[in-house]
Amino acid sequence: MTADDVILQVKGLTAGYGAAPVLQEVDLTVRAGTIAAVLGANGAGKTTLLRTLSGLVRPSGGEIVYGGQPLRDVPVEQLVRRGMAHVPEGRGVVAELTVDENLRLGGLWRRDREDAAKALTEVYELFEPLAQRRRSAGHQLSGGERQMLALGRALVARPKLLLLDEPSLGLAPRVIAQIMALLRQLRDSTGLTVLLVEQNVRSALSVADEAVVMSLGRIVTATSADRLRDDEELRHAYLGF
Amino acid sequence: MDRFVFLTFDGLSKGAVLAAFALALVLIWRAARIVNFAQGAMAVAAAYAGYSVTSATGSYWLGFAAALVGGLLIGVVVERAVMRFVDHSSPLSEVIVALGLVLVVQAVLGMVYGNEFLPAGTPFSRNALSVGDVPLLSRYDLFVFGAVLLVLLGLALLFTRTSVGLRMRASAFAPEVSRLLGVNVGGMLTLGWALASAVGALAALLVIPTELGLHPHAMDLVFVSAFTAAVVGGLDSPPGAVVGGLTVGLILSYVSGYLGSDVTPMAVLVLLLAVLLVRPGGLFSSTVARQA
Ligand SMILES: Nc1ncnc2c1ncn2[C@@H]1O[C@H](COP(=O)(O)OP(=O)(O)OP(=O)(O)O)[C@@H](O)[C@H]1O
Ligand SMILES: [Mg+2]
Repeated sequence: MTADDVILQVKGLTAGYGAAPVLQEVDLTVRAGTIAAVLGANGAGKTTLLRTLSGLVRPSGGEIVYGGQPLRDVPVEQLVRRGMAHVPEGRGVVAELTVDENLRLGGLWRRDREDAAKALTEVYELFEPLAQRRRSAGHQLSGGERQMLALGRALVARPKLLLLDEPSLGLAPRVIAQIMALLRQLRDSTGLTVLLVEQNVRSALSVADEAVVMSLGRIVTATSADRLRDDEELRHAYLGF
Repeated sequence: MDRFVFLTFDGLSKGAVLAAFALALVLIWRAARIVNFAQGAMAVAAAYAGYSVTSATGSYWLGFAAALVGGLLIGVVVERAVMRFVDHSSPLSEVIVALGLVLVVQAVLGMVYGNEFLPAGTPFSRNALSVGDVPLLSRYDLFVFGAVLLVLLGLALLFTRTSVGLRMRASAFAPEVSRLLGVNVGGMLTLGWALASAVGALAALLVIPTELGLHPHAMDLVFVSAFTAAVVGGLDSPPGAVVGGLTVGLILSYVSGYLGSDVTPMAVLVLLLAVLLVRPGGLFSSTVARQA
């Protein structure tokens, strides 16, 4: 693994809400162009990890190096300009805005207006149902449409690193499979890196290259997704099935 | 009948100004979830700035422009220097800070300009033009309608047609998500305060010449009426603020015309109470459930 292979390097990260830390001494290395699954029980700290990476939660200790640069004191709104996109837990579709407004919002920061418009068109091509509901308000969408919107909005920014928090939540198996296939396709065609937080272990491991398991705010194992999928003992020990 | 027609037109022109002032309250409510109780004092301060410029230059329009720019700047300062540091977890602290701001601004204005009413001129005649025998609207009333209409159109275009407007709406509805999408949410908040404060200043400029004149307390009663109008409209809705403003303007005009002008302050409060008791969400509240 060469240094410029690594897009995200987390060392000794400690963070939380108020006095008691949630994340404790988290170490994590993500290579560019891979999909890394973050697994773990409810309350393990997966969402907190993503929120700390994108600056929504201020770390109390440790270091985050993204694209070779430490992220200390980089404001949240700057990260998307550096290629980091975060689709938050619950998707973050703005209920009061239309589909089109939600999508445009994802590209407003871009100077290259032409390419921003092109990216928007591509998202509409990718997600047909969205193209039919451009003028619908966010709150009128189904769960699946919302997930498409949230993902599409992140893609308008043409990210290098995509932080995805439980995209499968509440979706039908077929839709989940489509989303996982899309992630794989984006990784292969554009070199996108994905940090994929999932409760749906099987789906996540079906696309992931690497996997980490979190428990009580710590990373308890980091291995290849294949190994976690195939090694029954390991799976049993960390994922309980 | 003539009297009714006259009162109706008079009410609409009062209402137009209330609509603008209510709109300013709605802008801040939408951007920051704060009822800006300091808005009257802020608007009066901007109007005094305009007065100074008009006195120095002799030009109404230079003063007019100065008051609007002053309104913008006052909005920026109030948000950046005061409201940003208020504990937003309790609405009470916001109210107390705003009321404190009112006291400070009014005291400072009193010290600088004195506590007498200063005459405020108008750029157009306030003599009503008659249709038949009924005096309807003055040129100044027409100017008021035109100015308020322009502001309404401008704001509607800003919010629905421009990317800044989209950023402002997104920041208000979903600040965290907006930040993740690269929106400078703090900047949008400041901009919201600046715009609202400028609209408030415009309302003050328009209404003060029709009342007793410029005074540190000149907007106190207007504020109560406009607040009522904003609540009638649902606080959240710009069109609601306009309808609320016109409604309150009409009611005030009928009450003062038929029952006497000393009853009007009470009429405003009765209306406010009635709305809060019967439909606290306002008559035009939309109930879009927030589901992020
Ligand atoms: N805003 C908050 N304030 C205080 N504590 C919080 C907050 N958000 C999360 N926590 C706590 O932090 C811990 C980790 O929560 P987190 O949301 O990161 O877990 P998670 O792994 O994403 O869980 P899930 O799978 O249920 O989404 C939990 O104990 C939770 O109670
Ligand atoms: Mg979570």
